[in-house]
Amino acid sequence: MTKQHANWSPYDNNGGTCVAIAGSDYCVIAADTRMSTGYSILTRDYSKIHKLADKAVLSSSGFQADVKALQKVLKSRHLVYQHQHNKQMSCPAMAQLLSNTLYFKRFFPYYAFNVLGGLDEQGKGCVFTYDAVGSYEKVGYSAQGSGSTLIMPFLDNQLKSPSPLLLPAQDAITPLSEPEAVDLVKTVFASATERDIYTGDKLEIMILKADGIRTEVMELRKD
Amino acid sequence: MFRNQYDTDVTTWSPTGRLFQVEYAMEAVKQGSAAIGLRSRSHVVLACVNKAQSELSSHQKKIFKVDDHIGVAIAGLTADGRVLSRYMRSEAINHSFTYESPLPVGRLVVHLADKAQVCTQRSWKRPYGVGLLVGGLDESGAHLYYNCPSGNYFEYQAFAIGSRSQAAKTYLERRFESFGDASREDLIKDAILAVRETLQGETLKSSLCTVSVLGVGEPFHFLDQETIQKVIDTFEKVAEDEEGEAGEGDAEAAAAPAEQGGGGAGDQDVAPMEM
Repeated sequence: MTKQHANWSPYDNNGGTCVAIAGSDYCVIAADTRMSTGYSILTRDYSKIHKLADKAVLSSSGFQADVKALQKVLKSRHLVYQHQHNKQMSCPAMAQLLSNTLYFKRFFPYYAFNVLGGLDEQGKGCVFTYDAVGSYEKVGYSAQGSGSTLIMPFLDNQLKSPSPLLLPAQDAITPLSEPEAVDLVKTVFASATERDIYTGDKLEIMILKADGIRTEVMELRKD
Repeated sequence: MFRNQYDTDVTTWSPTGRLFQVEYAMEAVKQGSAAIGLRSRSHVVLACVNKAQSELSSHQKKIFKVDDHIGVAIAGLTADGRVLSRYMRSEAINHSFTYESPLPVGRLVVHLADKAQVCTQRSWKRPYGVGLLVGGLDESGAHLYYNCPSGNYFEYQAFAIGSRSQAAKTYLERRFESFGDASREDLIKDAILAVRETLQGETLKSSLCTVSVLGVGEPFHFLDQETIQKVIDTFEKVAEDEEGEAGEGDAEAAAAPAEQGGGGAGDQDVAPMEM
């Protein structure tokens, strides 16, 4: 007798793509605004980017109900941290917290594919990329979600991040200027939108710098 | 006469129907350094006296942020106060998580009061030795509550607790009718004047008091020393002019107005651990 499979799944994939690029004193976090289920569109105007702390911004694709629950947990934990330490969490601290929170549900995971972007304690841009159960790595750039396989090879080609295995260790930071990075993100999303049905509608870009956060919105193809 | 026989534990009634342990806990509140709260229709100000145990040490924190819209000032055993503040913060966060909205102040004080009551009915516990002035803003407006170690709580327009609080209360009783419609600046000024009453002759300096404000469109935050000093300067200078003294608006002028204002209740010495 073949194994019985569930006819109901607790998960759904709402699609979409998230990208982040770290600069010397800035970080760019971008995501499309399309939310889908199956072959249908639920809405063309859903933000997948959320500010967790002054210097840490999370962008997640996957199952948005799990993403929302994850954000709520992180927001509450951040409040507790602020009460105890009298300051906001740094991006590397938030990165570790996110990893622990994800692994906490190792046996019923948050179906969330996260990219955390922000500024580290020295003011340099940093990007952390995750899998669904909390394995994470600090990188110079990353893409997650339905369009990630189309975007990552192109970012590799353009940004040439040195291997973390090299000795002496080389900086993972991209020597791009902020306008160049924003432009690259726009290009990359325009391309992904062409071939990935789950990516499109609008592109939301958040640029994090020491003096604050700026947001840009760009139209994408709606088909 | 019979106090000593029935005061050993909190689960023993006295023949006159009192729980002495609870009353002793309220005494601990009176030993702590003063904390004052006042509210208008739109703002709540909490202020306290910073009394350091010795010249070498720093003063203890007596005002805590619970959430953007709630703050608490304590008097008595500050350690108990810290623990209760942590509880209040966690209640606020949990409510916010479940209901995506800020915790109404009235709910919070009931939780606190129930928590305090438990300690008055367990033989292996002792009552919390701290009084809490909870100030907050919710949909029904600005509120100020006082939570006792007994588990009772009351709502106030203005109140003061701790040592020499009677002086502040006398001042507040004279002025409270104007608080409802008072501006934010006037409310802060009244709070600092009330703190001055508890100092009784000691010169009022911004380093001696901590003041916090919250209100409509203004999340809970502490006022910095400069701002407090500016407010002090306004009335110190006025008082000096009234006295007809020549000279600059010096803090020494506080001696004259303090004589008029000081209620002067003969309080016991502040016990070292409760400052």
